Amino acid sequence: MVNKILEIKNLKASVSETGEEILKGLSLEIAEGETHVIMGPNGGGKSTLVNVIAGRDSYEVDSGSIKFKSKDLLNMTIDERAREGIFLAFQYPSEIPGVRPWQFVKAAVDAKRKANGDSELSVREFSKIYDNNLKEINIIPDLMKRSLNEGFSGGEKKRNEIFQMMMLEPNLALLDETDSGLDVDALKAVGDAVNKMKDTKRSFLIVTHYQRLLDYVKPDFVHVLINGKIVESGNYDLVKKIEADGYESFWD
Amino acid sequence: MVSDNNSISRKTKLEDKDYKWGFTTDVETEVAPKGLNEEIVKMISKKKSEPKWLLDWRLKAYNHWLSQDEKEGEPEWAMVDYPPIDYQDIHYYAAPNSSDSPKSLDEVDPEMLEAFEKLGIPLEERAQLAGVAVDAVFDSVSVATTYEKQLKELGIIFCPLSEAIKNHPDLVKKYLGSVVPYSDNYFANLNSAVFSEGSFIYVPPGVRCPIELMTYFRINTADTGQFERTLIVADKDSYVSYLEGCTAPIRKNSQLHAAVVELVALENAEIKYSTLQNWYPGTKEGVGGVYNFVTKRGKCLGKGSKISWTQVETGSAITWKYPSVILQGDNSVGEFYSVALTNNRQQADTGTKMIHIGKNTRSNVVAKGISAGEGNNTYRGQIKVLPSAENAQNFTQCDSLLIGDKCGAHTVPYIEVKNPSAKLEHEASTSKVSDDQLFYLMQRGLNEEEAHHMIITGWSKEVFKELPFEFAVEAGQLLKVSLEGAVG
Repeated sequence: MVNKILEIKNLKASVSETGEEILKGLSLEIAEGETHVIMGPNGGGKSTLVNVIAGRDSYEVDSGSIKFKSKDLLNMTIDERAREGIFLAFQYPSEIPGVRPWQFVKAAVDAKRKANGDSELSVREFSKIYDNNLKEINIIPDLMKRSLNEGFSGGEKKRNEIFQMMMLEPNLALLDETDSGLDVDALKAVGDAVNKMKDTKRSFLIVTHYQRLLDYVKPDFVHVLINGKIVESGNYDLVKKIEADGYESFWD
Repeated sequence: MVSDNNSISRKTKLEDKDYKWGFTTDVETEVAPKGLNEEIVKMISKKKSEPKWLLDWRLKAYNHWLSQDEKEGEPEWAMVDYPPIDYQDIHYYAAPNSSDSPKSLDEVDPEMLEAFEKLGIPLEERAQLAGVAVDAVFDSVSVATTYEKQLKELGIIFCPLSEAIKNHPDLVKKYLGSVVPYSDNYFANLNSAVFSEGSFIYVPPGVRCPIELMTYFRINTADTGQFERTLIVADKDSYVSYLEGCTAPIRKNSQLHAAVVELVALENAEIKYSTLQNWYPGTKEGVGGVYNFVTKRGKCLGKGSKISWTQVETGSAITWKYPSVILQGDNSVGEFYSVALTNNRQQADTGTKMIHIGKNTRSNVVAKGISAGEGNNTYRGQIKVLPSAENAQNFTQCDSLLIGDKCGAHTVPYIEVKNPSAKLEHEASTSKVSDDQLFYLMQRGLNEEEAHHMIITGWSKEVFKELPFEFAVEAGQLLKVSLEGAVG
């Protein structure tokens, strides 16, 4: 039997500031090693879902539950969730002036290792993995001498997100519209990286508007999220249906 | 914490000199009666066996200070708030290690010990930094000797000011008060009358001082620092880098700290002066803490000379400090890089003055203020271009970072230009640590405090990179400790 990695039950969540309800009773299960895709029209709650899983406090969870590796995720802080193995590839990664990517990624990797009872990596060990992964995702090393995400193009930021995912080796990777704004080469690089990281223990939840990325990354399950609920789930064929007919047919 | 052999040797050397110089057991128990009058000034001068010219200078300073009405003389324009100081309630002469010092680490404030722990200060140094009256024993005397020899061969003088007054009176007489006159401001004026200790550095022509000179130990252990006075002279074509301060929170017996620092750079000389200031800030509720009212000024006397101030100010209840440069020589350069942090009830009013006199003089100002808790942080900067300063240039950047919603940040620039060829630029920004940035870093596994720290040190980087490497590491650590409780 395959273990569930993520179990969301009847999740209701709203925007903290306005109280506007975005997720209206959403349920979703992801097992180890599975790749799920969430599609849906703008404003349906796709980004909200991944942000709530990551613990962003601009959203309030009103009811329902989320379990991650059988632990109650809603009781954990943002950083605890991250160290437990949840990674969010941001749609709009923040720029952090004066912080070098190397320093940042090293701190993140060490924080996770420490939480797992491992020692910090030596600079030499870390640099080796770092350089290899940079090469893999094809980021120009010079870019990484700047401040984190400062002066990066949209595509470069997205590559940097995937690079961090490779460095942190999460159990569950949430990709929030990672494919938007990417040219063909970048899209392929992201797709290749995800495929390479797929294994029987690691799961992906990919939020996207388009089929494009799914040409590279084949999902096991596809869900349509409309108005805060998953209205239909299926396999890859569902993607083709959406591409052909749009979301119209899913409305009640 | 600096722990390399060089710095230890420096400490040893200074420690040595202090004791050799005359704080014998007799003097140690000696404290002048409270209050200030001519007799006290004379007594200080006599204790130090000073020449008559210096006593006369002190007396002139004292009489000038006296002639100012306290209300009128004490600067009140700064954005700081404190109860009136009773100048007759202060000991103006006290030997170090006075009897109310803690006798052992057990008597030291546990919070301070905790801070030492966090800063990674070696155990054997903690007692001294906490002001415990113990005899320092160091085993690196041979290293110190080598180091001392090296400086001597180069002709560099690095000693307590009182020793310089005895051994190099001509140099001291020529430059003391030449940058900060005794009548300069209320606090500098007071200092001129009663200053008791400080450092003296002279670098001869053409000599590049091969190591960073620092005094952190002497000033911090001995509590002579209340009215310290430092004088640095870099002769033609010379270079010196000087560091002062320490990351440890120092609890001073005295609350008023009115120091004066004078720098003189002759033709093509360069002086780099770096400070980490972490005096006792008082309790979270704002009780106690040091009033750090300091006058620091450099004079680029010669053509092509350069003076650079870098400061990281995290301590003191109140900081009132404007390290300045008088750009007198043509083509001279003045720089000021500052990070000032206020947390809890701390107040800082700090900045710089760049006075352009010579032709083609340039100045560069990067001032960063971090306000947390209920702290109040003011940048106050003056750029003055005199009619003679053809083609003067200044660039000023001042940035404020707010943490929480009870703190304050203020920017008060004064610009006075009397030569139309001058080019001045001023940029200012105020920002908060954004929730997006925090979420981003925390999503990668950093806890809230680590995330804040990373954002803040990144933001301060332009200043930190001006510090010598080891000092920069300490500065980062210092910000972290100083901000504890403000975030998370």
